[in-house]
Amino acid sequence: MTAATRVFVPSDTTARSLGADAVAAAIATEAKRRGATVEIVRNGSRGLYWLEPLVEVLVGDERHAYGPVTSKDVAALFDANFLAGGKHALALGPTDSIDYLKKQTRLTFARVGVIDPLSLDDYRAHGGYRGLTNALKLSGEQIVATVTDSGLRGRGGAAFPTGIKWKTVLVTKAEQKYVVCNADEGDSGTFADRMIMESDPFVLIEGMTIAGIAVGATQGFVYIRAEYPQAIKTMRAAIERANAAGFLGSDIQGSGRKFELEVREAAGAYICGEETSLLESLEGKRGMVRYRPPLPAIKGLFGKPTVINNVLSLATVPVILDKGADFYRGFGVGRSRGTITIQLAGNIKHGGLIELAFGLPLREILYDFGGGSATGRPIRAVQAGGPLGAYVPPPQFDTAFDYEQFAAVGAMVGHGGLVVFDDTVDMGEQARFAMEFCAIESCGKCTPCRIGAVRGVEVIDKIRCGENEAANLTLLRELCDTMVTGSLCALGGMAPFPVLSVLNHYPEDLKAGAGKSEAA
Amino acid sequence: MSPQETERDAEIRYLAEGRAAEPGALLPILHAIQDRLGYVPETAVPIVADVLNLSRAEVHGVVTFYHFFRTKAPGKRTLYVCRAEACQSMGSRSLENYARKKLGVDFHETTADGRLSLEPVYCLGNCACSPAVMVDETVYGRVTAQRLDEILA
Repeated sequence: MTAATRVFVPSDTTARSLGADAVAAAIATEAKRRGATVEIVRNGSRGLYWLEPLVEVLVGDERHAYGPVTSKDVAALFDANFLAGGKHALALGPTDSIDYLKKQTRLTFARVGVIDPLSLDDYRAHGGYRGLTNALKLSGEQIVATVTDSGLRGRGGAAFPTGIKWKTVLVTKAEQKYVVCNADEGDSGTFADRMIMESDPFVLIEGMTIAGIAVGATQGFVYIRAEYPQAIKTMRAAIERANAAGFLGSDIQGSGRKFELEVREAAGAYICGEETSLLESLEGKRGMVRYRPPLPAIKGLFGKPTVINNVLSLATVPVILDKGADFYRGFGVGRSRGTITIQLAGNIKHGGLIELAFGLPLREILYDFGGGSATGRPIRAVQAGGPLGAYVPPPQFDTAFDYEQFAAVGAMVGHGGLVVFDDTVDMGEQARFAMEFCAIESCGKCTPCRIGAVRGVEVIDKIRCGENEAANLTLLRELCDTMVTGSLCALGGMAPFPVLSVLNHYPEDLKAGAGKSEAA
Repeated sequence: MSPQETERDAEIRYLAEGRAAEPGALLPILHAIQDRLGYVPETAVPIVADVLNLSRAEVHGVVTFYHFFRTKAPGKRTLYVCRAEACQSMGSRSLENYARKKLGVDFHETTADGRLSLEPVYCLGNCACSPAVMVDETVYGRVTAQRLDEILA
């Protein structure tokens, strides 16, 4: 009897949303019928989402890809001897040679889609826990200095230097400190946090453990949105395994250091992605934004010093501690160091996850990677950085994707999401939605956001009905100004950005009768 | 436990007491109740308040703040239709209207036969394969009106 052939079928939410479970079942059935011995590994996704379900076969020491595979293709794949890398219409060749993947620089996502997400052995065989091993030999100051020197900035959207945040927690004296991971990834067009949690959960656990050891925190929480049931399950299972293997708990790898980790499920409030609101929610309260100061680093969860970082920031820490600050800051441009994980979404032919050094022009991301719109029509707008980000028009497509250059054209990198729209989009409707979304999700604490968003929807409706158009356009700009300058947090403070971008770049869509919306 | 409390109330109290010692226990308790009963009934508010030594207003305030917690029994299954931008770019507005017309209900409502509740959701993280819907905990990508019919069949 020959050794079983390893076949990889992704278990990631998007792959499953396109039928990956049925494909895995069909492969198992077909193999049995034909007497072939296969070992089906449910890996995470490579993030080449237009090719999902992407099935890989290990031939020799190389993985060969086939995709997008449906369960109906499985018999034909066996006929084509895909278990030996045979030719078939869906064959994509060796996975690592696929252009979309080959052109990337995967540091944070090095193992995503490669390994079995819940196998600690697989994780360690692919470089996992080397960062923590190094960190355990360093002082808290040395770990924080390494993170600071790497140039890593908060990947959640605010881009605040991670090391400086940690330093504040480190030097603040307290009996109890916390590490909180913000996994409330609510921005439309983003899925990188979800991919980390579903496809490489141990890297997040390792990053949080390093953070805890660095600042002297012994308890961590991962706050995951309720809309991600699979991420919640995978993280909980991974934490259980890390505990059993001594990578979490009261004596991490015999170092005498303690770090406990718990998953907390969010409850569908977008505002809880704002860090102070998230802390309130973790404390069991309404997710109302807090006034700052005090900073969470000084008075955070339960009033104690708290490191609160996005999933991607924490998941990038292990590679920095493994390969060093210089290695990481060697990528990128200007003050945007390292890599950014771009999530290409919406009306795009080749949507997916692209990890690259900062600085690639938007146009190359949209056309070289993305292949243009999914519908084949011209791209008219790209919303960058989530629902609070500006719509970027084609004349700005040559802007390089980094924090400073995007800010210079009034746009933002945010969490790295890019949502593409073709020329059938009604930008007036998009402006209205930005205000509507803010009204639905406002925590209600400050007036500019709570009232302003509701008034914003009303004023846009009036403009679109032709009611005092000129006066109401002026009023809309004034309202946006009030919200931007007067809101307590980024929700009310930035919800006007998409609206202003429509006023500035697509004014023809905000004229009376411009609406061709089919929304009720 | 007071004699007036029904069996369901006793269960709610049991769930609340089981997690009361955790720091910030209120959300985990509400999740536990909704996991078990499918919603957080109004009778849960005074019980949870009593267990956690909070006011009813505080518990009510938390239940009603979060979109995910519902205070009425849902249908047998729940269809979540994503309304966020990535899905909009691929036609979710018409999918949303199709779902409403097909089911004869609006968002936050349940069909007359009690089989299905319709809820909006703002992003399922499936944005590269839009539009997306979720039925209970199963996500579907690139959903057309025809595919929605198949999913709900």
